[in-house]
Amino acid sequence: MTTVLFYVFAGIAIGAAIGVVISRSPVGSLLFMVTTLAAIAGTFVLMEAHFLAAVQVIVYAGAIMVLFLFVIMLLNLGHEAQRDLKGGAFAVVAAGVGGAMAGMLALQLRGADVAATGAGAEAIAAATAEYGAVGAIARPLYTTYVVPFEITGILLLVAIVGAVVLAKRSDA
Amino acid sequence: MITEAIVLSAILFVIGTFGVLVRRNAIIMFLCIELQLNAVNVAFVAFSNLFGIDGQIFVFFVMTVAAAEAAVGLAIIISIFRHYESVDVGSFNLLKW
Amino acid sequence: MTLALRPSLVAALAALALPASVAAQGGAPAGESGGAFTPFLPGMIVLLPLLGFLANGALALAHGKKSADAVRAGGELDLGERAQRPLTHTLPSLIGPGVLGLAFLITLVNFSRALGASLEEPVVVHYWTWMATGTFTVDAALQLDQLSLLMMMIVTGVGFLIHVFSVGYMRDDAGYPRYFAYLNLFVFFMLVLVMGASYALMFVGWEGVGLCSYLLIGFWFGDKEKSDAGKKAFIVNRIGDFGFLVAMFLLYATFGTLDFVPIFADAQLTTSLVYGGGLVTAITLFFFLGAAGKSAQIPLYVWLPDAMAGPTPVSALIHAATMVTAGVYLVARSSVLFALSPVGSATVAGVGVLTALFAATIALQQYDIKKVLAYSTVSQLGYMFVGVGVGAYAAGVFHLMTHAFFKALLFLGSGAVIHSMHHAYHHTHKHDDPQDMRNMGGLRAHMPITWITMWIGTLAIAGIWPLAGFFSKDEIIWQVAAFGGAVNAPYPLLYTLFWMTALAAAMLTAFYMTRMMVMTFHGSNRTGAEEAKHLHEAPAVMWVPLAVLAVLSVFGGWINVPEALRTSFLGLGGALPMSEWLHHWLEPVTAGAHEVQLEHLGEVAHAAPVGGGEVAWAAISFLAAAAVVAAAFKVVGAQKTVPAHDAPAPTGFANVLYNKYYVDELYNWIVVQPIVRASQFCWRVIDATIIDGTVNAVGWVSKGVGWGVSMFQTGNVSTYAFVLTLGVLVILGVSVF
Repeated sequence: MTTVLFYVFAGIAIGAAIGVVISRSPVGSLLFMVTTLAAIAGTFVLMEAHFLAAVQVIVYAGAIMVLFLFVIMLLNLGHEAQRDLKGGAFAVVAAGVGGAMAGMLALQLRGADVAATGAGAEAIAAATAEYGAVGAIARPLYTTYVVPFEITGILLLVAIVGAVVLAKRSDA
Repeated sequence: MITEAIVLSAILFVIGTFGVLVRRNAIIMFLCIELQLNAVNVAFVAFSNLFGIDGQIFVFFVMTVAAAEAAVGLAIIISIFRHYESVDVGSFNLLKW
Repeated sequence: MTLALRPSLVAALAALALPASVAAQGGAPAGESGGAFTPFLPGMIVLLPLLGFLANGALALAHGKKSADAVRAGGELDLGERAQRPLTHTLPSLIGPGVLGLAFLITLVNFSRALGASLEEPVVVHYWTWMATGTFTVDAALQLDQLSLLMMMIVTGVGFLIHVFSVGYMRDDAGYPRYFAYLNLFVFFMLVLVMGASYALMFVGWEGVGLCSYLLIGFWFGDKEKSDAGKKAFIVNRIGDFGFLVAMFLLYATFGTLDFVPIFADAQLTTSLVYGGGLVTAITLFFFLGAAGKSAQIPLYVWLPDAMAGPTPVSALIHAATMVTAGVYLVARSSVLFALSPVGSATVAGVGVLTALFAATIALQQYDIKKVLAYSTVSQLGYMFVGVGVGAYAAGVFHLMTHAFFKALLFLGSGAVIHSMHHAYHHTHKHDDPQDMRNMGGLRAHMPITWITMWIGTLAIAGIWPLAGFFSKDEIIWQVAAFGGAVNAPYPLLYTLFWMTALAAAMLTAFYMTRMMVMTFHGSNRTGAEEAKHLHEAPAVMWVPLAVLAVLSVFGGWINVPEALRTSFLGLGGALPMSEWLHHWLEPVTAGAHEVQLEHLGEVAHAAPVGGGEVAWAAISFLAAAAVVAAAFKVVGAQKTVPAHDAPAPTGFANVLYNKYYVDELYNWIVVQPIVRASQFCWRVIDATIIDGTVNAVGWVSKGVGWGVSMFQTGNVSTYAFVLTLGVLVILGVSVF
């Protein structure tokens, strides 16, 4: 059941991702992207990452994508008719590069002995059983990873200030 | 399922890369970069099933950085758009010499 | 000068001024002629001109930039009335000749002491150790012996007279204090040259006088021709200095020292110097190269005629009386070495006699009064070298001394003439050449003292009995014949040729000197009527030195009358007081050389190669010279001379002589042009093309590569992304394969 669901979500994610790349309208691309993010959130659930799945939907698909949409609307790009894809030759080259990358990743994976489940899944299950889904991830975040966590906070602050400064009209 | 997740991650990453290369619209390029980040996230979650909660913590950080990057990147795009009246990356090429 | 050096310099000067420890080499035994010789303040003789240089130099600096600018502009500085001139301009008149006068007096005291004392070995006065490196030591030491005392007398005595003359000649020149500074410095270096007790110290003086010569030739440096003449003198002298240096290296390698006393003592004893051996020949030939440069012998004589660009008293002092005789002094000083090398000596004599003839022929067709005297000097220097080349060191030095008298006299006389001519032209603003004899004529009426004194000099140099030049030149010519007839003479036929050439050149000397006198002082005046009114006799400060030198030119030869001549009618039957005095006086210095000569060559002959004794040949040469003078007086007097700007260009062989055998052109073609072309090759091809080209090519390649690489930098984000992706692919590829 889980495997079937995973394939379904994966299929949606890949299809929507292709849509992101080939859609002519920016808003269309954005909606495909939201779809992809939702599908990935589904795979997260299937992989017992419940908290991340929630964050994915709320923060990524909710907040960040809305920000993109907001900018597209602001810049009035919503119904751009002009051709956005690059010329055929370049597309072929890009496809070649992408194909090469895919091939290399496949080579990388081929023969790799990946266990169906591992020690990680059991530990996460134990932690979730003890502290709950949020607690399992929050505990290491506030103990082992507290310093990167705080730095990430500072990074967000800087990003907010930077975004305000950049987007502000210089003559205002 | 872990193997499948990693394959999914690879496919999504390649699609994202291809998107970055072929699209001209800066915003769409950004979306494709987000796609690549998500592909990596999938891999991280898959690996957390093998090696513990740390993978998920990393996904958390990636999301934060992606949010910051989106904020700054979009601000830059707005600022460039004001100057060129366009978000076509082909139309601005001052980043040389 | 840095502060650290100053105390040591002061100490050195103090050491020179104070009576120093005297180390008489070998402990001179008290002879019958008197007690030991005690030098009297020898350091002061050297120090005084140096102090004069410092004082005058300071005055020249204080005199300021104004005078230098005036010289550079080629114009004359308006000095105003003589009474109102600044102290910086008047004080050198006192300091310049003053220090020389004092130095001459001290020299005189030393000389008279030496006359009354036995001086078998040279007295060496040590002051301080100049440099000591390993086994090589050079002391600042002065050597006092018969030769250096005689040279000191000439340098300070004649130098003093010329300094006095300069007061009159240069008084109105903008660079007056600078002139005396240079002149004093020259005397200082000349004294170092003749008094230094080692070849190293001699070389210091040697180079120093070369420097002063350069400075004084180019004294009027505003005129490019004159500063070029200075450079020419300096560069040609460098060629000679190279020879001097190589000879010094060889001496040091052989003897381990450069001091005179040990070298000359060892020269005959050491086994490394075989009579006629290669080493001693090399040493003497290299020394002679140096001497030929300094004393203007073939092939390095070309600088001396050009050196006449300097003020005329400078020509008299440096380029006639003292500096140019340094080469003769060098050979006489190294007499032992030259006696050991028959090839070296023959070269000296051969070059000397060739130069004597060659320069005399050129002098026949010169019109510039100073050029005539310059070539005459070259010719007379040739005679001196003939003398020292045939082992007659005393005769060479004797001619050096008499030549200093009469040639200084002639140069100063020509200076008086030029001075007068210049003033005459100055008054009427005429721009003719005041040195060209074709513009003169008939000056006898205007400047009688100069006329008489210069005739005395002319007769002296022409070899008219009983003037100085007769005895000195005749002794040299006789010694050539006698040497050629020695028992074991190396090349008897060659010396016969030398003797005949020297006789012929003496006749030429008589001719061109008479020609000069006739053209200058006799005949009708050619300056122009208006100018002739302004011709005047030289002031006393100028004619008194002329008179003193004239007296010396008359009597100077009597100190060394050969015994044979003295007792004959040429010596008034023994009435002349001193027989071969100089010969005996220099005996201690030349004894070593004579020993060698006697051992290997045997007694010199007492008859000329074609027969006839010393007295007969002296009488013949006197009569011939007198006949030539008389003939020249008639021939040149009968010629119609026209002023320079109307004169036709000389033709035929006269033109070749007028152009000095085109030697300057030949040197220009053989030496200068190849060097210039090689330099241009180095510059244009090696430096500009190859070296600069390589450097530039590196730049061009870098620029090209940079330009090419910068093409990757398209400024397009997509391209960057694409390249970035390619990089990722490469990294992936590395981890996969």
